Amino acid sequence: MKTNLQNLWLAVAGTLLCMPVIAGEVRVAVAGNFYLPAQALVAEYERQSGERVVLINGSTGKLYAQIQQGAPFDILLAADTERPRLLEEAGQVVKGSRFTYALGQLVLWSSDAELGLADGVVLKDGSFTRLAIANPKLAPYGRAAEQTLSNLGLWEAVAPKLVRGESVTQAWQFAASGNAQLGLIALSQAQGSGSFWLIPAELYEPVEQQAVLLTDADESQRFYRFLRSVEAAAIIRSYGYRVLQSGE
Amino acid sequence: MLSSADISALLLSLQLAFVSTLCLLLLGTPLAWWLAVSRSKARPLVDALVALPLVLPPTVLGFYLLVALGPEGPLGSLLQAAGFGPLAFTFGGLVLGSIVYSLPFVVQPLRDAFAAVGHRPLEVAATLGAAPVDRFMTIALPLARRGFLTAAVLGFAHTLGEFGVVLMIGGNIPGETRVASIAIYDHVESLNYAGAQSLSLILIALSFALLLAIYALNKPPRVLPS
Repeated sequence: MKTNLQNLWLAVAGTLLCMPVIAGEVRVAVAGNFYLPAQALVAEYERQSGERVVLINGSTGKLYAQIQQGAPFDILLAADTERPRLLEEAGQVVKGSRFTYALGQLVLWSSDAELGLADGVVLKDGSFTRLAIANPKLAPYGRAAEQTLSNLGLWEAVAPKLVRGESVTQAWQFAASGNAQLGLIALSQAQGSGSFWLIPAELYEPVEQQAVLLTDADESQRFYRFLRSVEAAAIIRSYGYRVLQSGE
Repeated sequence: MLSSADISALLLSLQLAFVSTLCLLLLGTPLAWWLAVSRSKARPLVDALVALPLVLPPTVLGFYLLVALGPEGPLGSLLQAAGFGPLAFTFGGLVLGSIVYSLPFVVQPLRDAFAAVGHRPLEVAATLGAAPVDRFMTIALPLARRGFLTAAVLGFAHTLGEFGVVLMIGGNIPGETRVASIAIYDHVESLNYAGAQSLSLILIALSFALLLAIYALNKPPRVLPS
């Protein structure tokens, strides 16, 4: 009886100690704007392969800082190209693994489904009090929003009406709660509700979102290959992103 | 060392902390007094409500404020009906958020200070013919002054360090809602670690000086002059 109990304790302690290193689990750090499609990708991959993938949702800047400090992530799905490039230069990624997994598209969005936003006329006539954008200093979608407004010749005019979210997710929140009447957000967020105007691609530099492989364990490699597959590309497209290459 | 944008953010933080603390002392004093003397059945309920911001993550407070302040939200529609503009993304909105966020830090020390005064001195004053307002102003307030000092410094310091609420309802507008903690966050997120450090150091020094002041000034009570 006593030995049984001891064995039980050993088993429990062993399980607890080993928990953080479950073999075969892939940890994917994902930028906020891509969290939903990433969940769909993981669901499909897990269904096919029977393997386990865990998503860590965060802003690219925070995830980057964590990876620099040795965070145990296997793959990074960033919202930009800069942070993956910096990690590559620092030798923290598997060589040659950096690739563009999605091209984000910017839309002018309102939670009001009745509002006509076509051609962004509303931006010119100024019939709104607040326009939410992601912070251009922090978020690629913010940069795209700034470029769009500059190219439309409206940056100066709307500057006093801008509110900046720390990420495009927060810009969407500001607009979705109605505190800002308009938002320049990602098409992936605008789908299914409100009204939007798809910003012409020539008004801003493409929002390239890049991924890097951080460890070369077999499980990570397998999910990484899935990310580059035609199948994954179809899922990514269905969430309002464009995809450059359709797999290898 | 600090850019002019950083200095403006720091000044805004100080301004926000000052205005919020002032509002909190004005609103918190009657509330704390009631909590200290009331025998009402509702008192534990109010006590719990006052303490709630201690437990809630600031992002939860901020998120609900954002929703409540929206044109469809309960606060937002009320304010609009009363002729006020939308409060989200304004300094006024931040003051409102800070009042909720720092409420327990002001009300609890005041309540305890009032409770420590006890009924006795007030009853004595009453028998000598002092009116209720007179008793409050000349007996309770002076005797509870250490509580006021603690409440003011804690409220000020806590608002100075506020981040989650401001992040949710601020909108990062320079000179209006971009406070120091938000500016630091911006620096970290945009990999400007040097900028983040100088601003952080100043904030740490400031907070430390404030807390040092409260502990140095809060000497044991002297015998009151007769």
